[in-house]
Order: sequence, then structure tokens, then C-alpha cells
Amino acid sequence: MMQFMLLFSRQGKLRLQKWYVAHPDKLKKKITRELITTVLARKPKMCSFLEWKDVKVVYKRYASLYFCCAMEQEDNELLTLELIHRYVELLDKYFGSVCELDIIFNFEKAYFILDELVLGGELQETSKKNVLKAIAAQDLLQEEETPQGFFEDHGLG
Amino acid sequence: MPAVRGDGMRGLAVFISDIRNCKSKEAEIKRINKELANIRSKFKGDKTLDGYQKKKYVCKLLFIFLLGHDIDFGHMEAVNLLSSNKYSEKQIGYLFISVLVNTNSDLIKLIIQSIKNDLQSRNPIHVNLALQCIANIGSKDMAEAFGTEIPKLLVSGDTMDVVKQSAALCLLRLFRKSPEIIPGGEWTSRIIHLLNDPHMGVVTAATSLIDALVKKNPEEYKGCVTLAVARLSRIVTASYTDLQDYTYYFVPAPWLSVKLLRLLQNYTPPSEEPGVRGRLSECLETIFNKAQEPPKSKKVQHSNAKNAVLFEAISLIIHNDSEPNLLVRACNQLGQFLSNRETNLRYLALESMCHLATSEFSHEAVKKHQEVVILSMKMEKDVSVRQQAVDLLYAMCDKTNAEEIVQEMLAYLETADYSIREEMVLKVAILSEKYATDFTWYVDVILNLIRIAGDYVSEEVWYRVIQIVINREEVQGYAAKTVFEALQAPTCHENMVKVGGYILGEFGNLIAGDTRSSPQVQFELLHSKYHLCSAATRALLLSTYIKLVNLFPEIKNRVQEVFRADSNLRSADVELQQRASEYLQLSIVASSDVLATVLEEMPAFPERESSILAVLKKKKPGRIPDEVRESKSPLPNATPAPIINNIANTNSSSADLLGLSTPPGSTANTGNGLFDVLGDLYTTPKISPSTVPQNNIKKFLFKNNGVLFENDLIQIGVKSEFRQNLGRIGLFYGNKTQSPIQNVHPELHWTDLHKLNVQMKPMEPVLEAGAQIQQMLTAECIEDFPDTPSMSVSFIYNSVPQKISMKLPLTLNKFFEPTEMNGESFFARWKNLGGEQQRAQKIFKAQGSIDLAAARTKLSGFGMQLLDGIDPNPDNFVCAGIVHTRMQQVGCLMRLEPNKQAQMFRLTVRSSKETVSQEICDLLADQF
Repeated sequence: MMQFMLLFSRQGKLRLQKWYVAHPDKLKKKITRELITTVLARKPKMCSFLEWKDVKVVYKRYASLYFCCAMEQEDNELLTLELIHRYVELLDKYFGSVCELDIIFNFEKAYFILDELVLGGELQETSKKNVLKAIAAQDLLQEEETPQGFFEDHGLG
Repeated sequence: MPAVRGDGMRGLAVFISDIRNCKSKEAEIKRINKELANIRSKFKGDKTLDGYQKKKYVCKLLFIFLLGHDIDFGHMEAVNLLSSNKYSEKQIGYLFISVLVNTNSDLIKLIIQSIKNDLQSRNPIHVNLALQCIANIGSKDMAEAFGTEIPKLLVSGDTMDVVKQSAALCLLRLFRKSPEIIPGGEWTSRIIHLLNDPHMGVVTAATSLIDALVKKNPEEYKGCVTLAVARLSRIVTASYTDLQDYTYYFVPAPWLSVKLLRLLQNYTPPSEEPGVRGRLSECLETIFNKAQEPPKSKKVQHSNAKNAVLFEAISLIIHNDSEPNLLVRACNQLGQFLSNRETNLRYLALESMCHLATSEFSHEAVKKHQEVVILSMKMEKDVSVRQQAVDLLYAMCDKTNAEEIVQEMLAYLETADYSIREEMVLKVAILSEKYATDFTWYVDVILNLIRIAGDYVSEEVWYRVIQIVINREEVQGYAAKTVFEALQAPTCHENMVKVGGYILGEFGNLIAGDTRSSPQVQFELLHSKYHLCSAATRALLLSTYIKLVNLFPEIKNRVQEVFRADSNLRSADVELQQRASEYLQLSIVASSDVLATVLEEMPAFPERESSILAVLKKKKPGRIPDEVRESKSPLPNATPAPIINNIANTNSSSADLLGLSTPPGSTANTGNGLFDVLGDLYTTPKISPSTVPQNNIKKFLFKNNGVLFENDLIQIGVKSEFRQNLGRIGLFYGNKTQSPIQNVHPELHWTDLHKLNVQMKPMEPVLEAGAQIQQMLTAECIEDFPDTPSMSVSFIYNSVPQKISMKLPLTLNKFFEPTEMNGESFFARWKNLGGEQQRAQKIFKAQGSIDLAAARTKLSGFGMQLLDGIDPNPDNFVCAGIVHTRMQQVGCLMRLEPNKQAQMFRLTVRSSKETVSQEICDLLADQF
């Protein structure tokens, strides 16, 4: 089971965090800080897995962004790596050549996509097509709503 | 600003841009505080906000949270969004809640209500939103609220696949929070059959759920093995086009394959059904064959997915540990990975091989790769890979390759990373002891360890070398010579001084014949290090000096001079001062006979598992293979502590530091008062903690045999039988040590002899090393009695008086005779005994979660007859029995009612005598 997933930049800025275990906020912050430092200190050719405290950390860097998952001892490392890749593919497909900025400005979408892929720390759906279909269905529901805030946001409200 | 998808919130995008444009941290914080103030005023303001605005602000709060700031408001607004009829608002509400709401928030009731509404929705997208929320933050409360609905959703034929997937994982989350939520019964088979679902996504999600259920209750879900093997077989034999979108870079359904392989690791290989077993072997063979095929793609995703399945298959093979061919094949495959160019693969191959090394079938095959592994330890660029190599070397080590592996590890230690040195030191110490055929080699290795990595040599390691040298006569002379040589280095580690000091103090005489290591030379050599050492080491050296005085009277004057030195006799350190003054007096006052007795050579230590191993296990729980094959220690096994009958083994003192605290001389009867001089130095404080009574009398309520008491020195077992109002109790005293235990004197403490008459037969006062003696007690129950008799045993071990006390397993229930009766007569009697004077009742909390099977086992050992099928509620237990006393027989009925919801028990006892009801009730309360 995945315990948490963090996305952070090369500068160590957190871009997304998803926790599947309940920790107090203080602990989450501490773990985040320490793990980011540890991962950023590693050299490019090093192995993508590390035993860290009582979890197994699997991480991979895509351009300026690090994707980092904390797994339990029995979880399969290589497939976790591919789970990250599948997530990146999904983001890429949804945003069209995704970049860090897409995730910053649409962080809620990044969350929704992740929720379709992984649920409660377990893999839910591995098919790219099915995940994108689910997200498209959500977007469709949204578009059917009257864009009520449109006028306010343009100073016309 | 990149395009914003969906309906986008412009205000949010502007805010994010603002933050990104901030030139400094301060500016960012200022902008955030401004925004927080703005949002707060909007939320508090009179103007009611519409859903869109709420959504926008809640989203801003989320973003601020992501930046690392605490958010302490907005929760209520988020909960309001849940009941919006606009999907996008609802979705943001749920997002905020799953990211920011704690499971114990007081809003949880409101949240549960909203989830309930959404679960009823006809739109599956809404239902899924609710399910996802439960799966992400599900709590005990939610388990209670949705425990019936979600299993239905999961197995119902009407449920859409996407909803089923979420429902499976949702149920998994709730099951983890409160295991009793899973209905069981016919549900079991319906859940298992999800493995046959045509939708791969449903199977993927369901497999995770089933894996967790199996872990909790393997027997009940056993049926999943056949289905899992069948499913796996279909996947591995599928071509990559068959599974369409579930094929990942030409690998058919890698995630599901891995989950199924994982699921099968909960069971032993399916032996009852040879067909299933054969099919599984075929699957595993196919996975290996595919690994050998040329890759269908050069992409790393292809090889990762393929190898992920392979590694999981290997894990299963190792778990089953029954197919030598497959194990060896696995080993060869991993051997290829050891020189792969992907660091990840090398890392995993080393890790996996470590497990293979512990199987007797593949141990030899692993050893073939020794050279490559040694190279990995030396050459890998990544310390975590080097660490794996070290672990593997440790696991593959046996008698045949120990010298080489230990040598390589020692060599590597000189340049090893600081982060792994301590562990390596422990490993080298363990291997060299375990596989030593020649103990001079062992001594060399340990001294080398201290030379190379002295700072990382923990106390346990140097204690252990001393223990071994003391127990092994053939190596003592060599050890003395070697430490003497090692101490001649101009700088040597303090640990070396400790070992050297100790060994020369014991065995310096063995090398004193050589003029190059004459007594004077030995003493001066040691003393040249004295001033550079810590107080603890100095204290040890002072003891060495007095021992040298005993060995070599000719250096007495020189040593006395050192004791007399102001820096010792007037040392600011109280321990040094005391040792110096007492040793000085001892050397002046005592005759050579007395000196020889007091300062006699250390007696041999009891053989036991190396405490170093315990340290290593503690450092890396789960990563140290329990037993490397061929682990039969070359140390001749000393007589093991006497184990009484088939009583569970001892918890051999993990904290004990090799008994170094035992006094050197072991003679109490010198009788001339000199013993007292040393008494203070060596006596009890270190021994006594281990004599804290470990006498858990309550467990004997339900059984008659077992270990009554145990510490490092002694084990007392009990075996008893009862008939009517009489009992015979055999106590078995076992000496766990290597020296005799003297003046053994048991004493009974029991005043109610007129109620329970206990007689103790005399016993031998001496318990020889490793021996066991028996003592009989008889008991007669005259009248019912409260409480339990206790006894104490005093004895002398190594001149130190010891006393232990414990309760005897003599409780009123021992005099029960079970009584069979049918429901009718039970309830008739129950009613008859309804008077205030006859009943006793207690309500108590369950210890942990209620376990009916365990309660049943306990009750059947209690002495009453367990009556099945009498109580209308099958969870309740009713029992009947007669207490036999000399005066009368007392009929007694009992009823125990578990309340799973509240995790409580209600216990009612009825009998014709109030004190009996009360006592039986007291005995049983809090035991479940």
C-alpha cells in the first residue's frame, strides 16, 4: 500500500501531496521536509529506491519535477516506478505535454486524476483509456453547469 | 499563464500568478496573509456567498496549504460545498476534505451525511466521488455508517464497473479501520469470485481487498487460490494484444499479475490440488521464459514492467521454497541482473538473492556469484546498492567461504561509508564467530575490526570476544600474545586497550615466560595507555593491575605505586578512587592464598546466543535472515538450560551484557571478611534487575502446566493435577547457569491454611549447574478461599544471595468438577439461584478486540463444563460446574456475554454460596 505521494520541484518546492495514512500535520511536514532533502541530495545515476525510516521510497525525476512515493516493505519497487510513469502519462495526455506550471495552476485536476489511478493507497485502474474517460466525464458535468462565476471574475458581476 | 482546463477559476489563477511573481519569501508571505484575511472576511461577512465563490476560496485555501502554510478555517464552507448540486463545487469540497480534514474532526457527522446522500445518487460519478472520499479518509465512524451498504454495492450485479472498483478499495479502507465490517458467510465466496470478473479494473481493485482479507483470515478465503492461479495463467499466456489497454508497454497486465502473485504468497503452495499446483508452476515457468525473450521494446518501461512481474514471481518461489528447479533458475536469472547496466535492477537482484541465499535449495547457486557480489560491495557508486551487497554477502556466508568473505568485508571496511560501518562491524563479528573453525582466526578478525573501525565496535562486540576467549582454553595464550602485540602500536583504539587489559589480566601469565613480554613489560605497556583513556577504561585497567599483582607478585610494589598515585587514590572520579583504595588495601592486607582465591581466573560464561546478533536484528528488523543455512554453530553447544517438559523456551536475556558483571572469584566461603572488600565492587546491582519476578499467575487459571517463574539463573516449572478437593503440584527447579545454585530454600506464604491446606515436601538445597530437581506440594481445599497462596525461594548464586517470590497456581477454580446439563435444567437452576446473595456480576472491557475462539479455549481450561447450544445467542458462553471442598459441594453456573459493538463483556456467576460466586467472578473478570 502506498503511504503517501509527493511531487516537488528541483528547488524543493512541494507541488502536490497526497497522504493515505493519517499523520498529524506536524509529522507530515517533518517527513516532507526530510524526504525532499534526502532525495534532492541523491545523484542522477543512483538507484531509484531507498530504504528510508520504515518505508520504501521510490522516486523518479521528470524534467524539473520529482515524483516520490512511499511504499510498504512488501510492495513491488519496479511497478511503483511504472505507476509514477503512468501518472505522468495521464497528466501529459490530459494537459497536452504537461509541464510543472500545468500542475501548479491546475493542482486540483492533478488530484482528481490521481484519485482515479490510486485510491486509498491502492492501485484502482491501470488503463489509461479508462482513467481519461472518467476525467472527461467529470469535465463534461462541469461544462454543463452555467459558468456562473464568469461575469464576476471579469469584473462584470 | 497556461491554459486552465475545465471551467477554471480565474480568481484562483490570478492569485497563483501573484504568488509566483513574488520576488522574495517575505513578499510571498505578505501576499498570502492578505489573501487569508480576504477569504476570512468573505466567509464571515454578511453577504452570503454563492457556491462558485465558496469553491474559489476553498481552492485558494488548498493552494495556500500546498505551499506549506497551516489552514485553520474554511472547513465548514468545504462541507457546505458537498451538498451543492453542481458537480464541480461538490468535487472541490470533497478534495478539500480529503486533503485537510482529520478523521476525528467534529465535522465528520456532517460529512457522513453528505456522503450518504451522494451514495444514493443515480449518477455514478457522484457515487464515485463519495466512495473516493471514504477510501481516502475512511474512519471507524464511517465503517459504522457504511458497513452494510458498501459490500452490497461491491457484489451487486447492477453496479457499474467503475463504481465496483471504488467500492472494493473503499471497503478495504474501512476493513483496515474496523475489521469486523466484512460480513463473512456467503459474502466470502461472492467477494472471492470478483477474481473472475470480466473487467480487469475490477479484478485489480478487488485483488487488493482480497489480499487484506486473506491476511486476516486465510482459511476462510482459501478458495481464492484456485481462482487467482487461473487468472494469472490467463494473463501470462496472453499475447500483448489480448488485453488491450491493460497491456503496458507490451507486458500484459503487470499490475494485476503482481497483485495475484502477491496474493498467493499468503499461502503455502497449493499441495492438496496437484492441478492447481502444476498450473502455477507453468505460470512461473512462462514468466521466466518471457524474461529470456528478446525485448519487444527498448523503452525502460517495458523492461521494468516485465521484470517487476519476474521479481514478484521470484518472491513467490522463495516464499514457497519447494521447487528446487525454480529456485536455481531464479538464482541464475538474478545473477544476470547483477551485471545489468540499470542500477535499479542490480539493487533488486542483490536484495532478492539475499532471500534465495537462505533457502537450502538455492544457497549453493547463490554462492556462485560471490565474486560479482564482492565487486558490487567495492565498486557500486550508490551506497544503498553497496549496502545490499553487504547484506547478501552476510546471507551467503557459510563454513566454506567465511574466511574469504570476512576478509573482503574487513578490507572494505577501511573505506566503507560511515553510514554502514557499524552494521558491517556487527556482521563481521557474527560471521567470524559463527564460522570459526580455528579460534585464533576469530581473535585476529576481532582485533582487526577494532584496529580498522574501533569507533564502530560496540560494547557487545568486545564483550563477546572476551567471553569466547575465557571459555576457550586453547585460544587464551594466542589471545594474550596477540593483544600484547596489538598494544605495541603507538596509537591504538581505546577498545583495544579494554580488550588487551582484560585479557592480559586474565591470561598475561601465559606469555610471561618470554622476556619480551615479561610481567614488567606487560604492566608498563598497559600503563602507558592509561592516561589517554576514559574513566571507564581506567577502572577496568585498575582491575587488571590487581589481577596482575596476583599473577606476578614481583610487580606488586610497582602496582601499589600506581594505586597510590594521587591521580588514582584522590581521583575526582569516585569509582576510580574506590577501586584504587580498595585494591591497594587488598594487595597490602591479603595473603597470597586469599589473593589467589579472590582474584581467581574468571569462570566460564554460560554459552548462549551471541548478543551481537540481537543488536543486529534490532537495527534492521526483518532484513536479517533469521538463520543462514548450515548455521550449526561450531561452538560445541553447552548443556542447554533445563527445559521442563515441553514448556516454551526461555527469553534469554537480550539485555544481558554477557554477564561481565558477575564477580571474578566465585567463592563465598573464604570467610575472613575480605570478601566484603570486593563485595561492594561486584555485587548485585547488575544481577538483580534480571531477577524481577516474571510470574504471570493469571495464565494458570486456564491451565495446569507451564513455566511459573523464570529469570537468567533459574526456571521454575509447574505441573499439577486435581481430583475433587485434592491437588498435587510438582515444582521443577532448573538451574540455567554453569555454576551450582546453593542453599535453595522455598518457603510458603499462606495464612488461610484452614481454608486451603498446602503442604510442601522438603527438597535438596543444592541445584547443580544445568540440573533440574523436583519438589512436591499437596493441597486440600477445606472451604472456599479467596486469593492465591504465594511462595518465595531464596538461594545463593555465585556467592550472591537471591530471593524470588511468586504466586502458586492454586485458585478456587482448580477444584471444579465439570457438570453436563441440558438447557432446561440449566435455566431452571439459573432461575433458582437468582437471589441477591447468590449472584455476582461484572462488566469489563475486552482486552483488545473480542476473540470468541480464544475465549472458548480459555473457558474450556477453566474447569467448568462449557455448555453449547443452550444460550439463544450463539456468541454467549454458559458453563456449569461443582466446586469440591471438604465441607461441602457448591454448584456453580456461569454466563459470559460478549458485546462486540461496545467491546465489552458481561460476566454473571450464580452459585448457592455467595463467596464462591464472588470469587469465581473475580477470577474470571478481565481475562478476555
